[in-house]
Amino acid sequence: MTDHDDHNHTRTFQPDHPEPTSDAALVGLALRELLIEGGYYTAEEELAVIAKMQGASPDNGGTIVARAWTDSDYKQRLLNNGAESIRELGFELEPYEFTVMENTDRVHNVIVCTLCSCYPRALLGMSPAWYKSKSYRSRVVREPRAVLAEFGVNVEDDVDVRVHDSTAELRYMVLPQRPDGTDGWSEEDLAALITRDSLIGTQRDLELKRSD
Amino acid sequence: MSEPRFTKGQRVRIADRTPPVHHRVPSYVKGQVGLVERVCGMHPEPEKCIRGDGKPFQRIYRVRIPQNDLWAPYEGTNGDKLEIEIFEHWLESAE
Repeated sequence: MTDHDDHNHTRTFQPDHPEPTSDAALVGLALRELLIEGGYYTAEEELAVIAKMQGASPDNGGTIVARAWTDSDYKQRLLNNGAESIRELGFELEPYEFTVMENTDRVHNVIVCTLCSCYPRALLGMSPAWYKSKSYRSRVVREPRAVLAEFGVNVEDDVDVRVHDSTAELRYMVLPQRPDGTDGWSEEDLAALITRDSLIGTQRDLELKRSD
Repeated sequence: MSEPRFTKGQRVRIADRTPPVHHRVPSYVKGQVGLVERVCGMHPEPEKCIRGDGKPFQRIYRVRIPQNDLWAPYEGTNGDKLEIEIFEHWLESAE
């Protein structure tokens, strides 16, 4: 990169990252600098988004699920209007519609984006590498039961499998079933049972573990 | 906000076309028939977003399609379904 003396570039990428060298990375960096210089957004706004993305994790999903398990009115609001109901817990996923699909004794839900790799990243953090793989994206719509079996999920024939292809402006999360033997547990203990894969639907049964 | 053209439970067909621009309808559902699972909100139309103003907005619907209709043979049960988001201008009534 060339240094200019007439103005300061605002470095929004992280200082401990290596200098970008590939053409694509340099074009990306140049575009960011132009957008900031052009006043489309500020470096502070970009850093705030990066910080928010980095703070997102499946733990947020755990908080939402634990509330839904312990408050049936909340669960209904969550299933009817995910975007509005997660705001009650201090989360948001604008401009996407947040859509929660409930697992039951008769239904198992699994999420995919066949066109790219849409994922509620600002809420649940980075998606797993396999979620972005061509293999998962093409196979889970075509043979969901076989793919689920490879994840160790054997879905009985009396359970319907619903595959949700996240192709546009909705983002999805599975509401897993509350495991037996958790009566009276605190929301905190319940939230700790939630795994990333259970929120995507590549895990069905949650493992019991308690913090104390 | 325009009124939704389709209602929950309505039978709809997804258009089978391939515009030479970015669009959000995967080929495996083109031409398929399903039921409207829910009526969603208004969002920028992907084919026209490239103009840079984010317009026009179009209604999105979630469409539920039996897996047995999509794939032959399908290794699963009759109850297995695929659900997908489709913009209104890609749908027509199939009742």
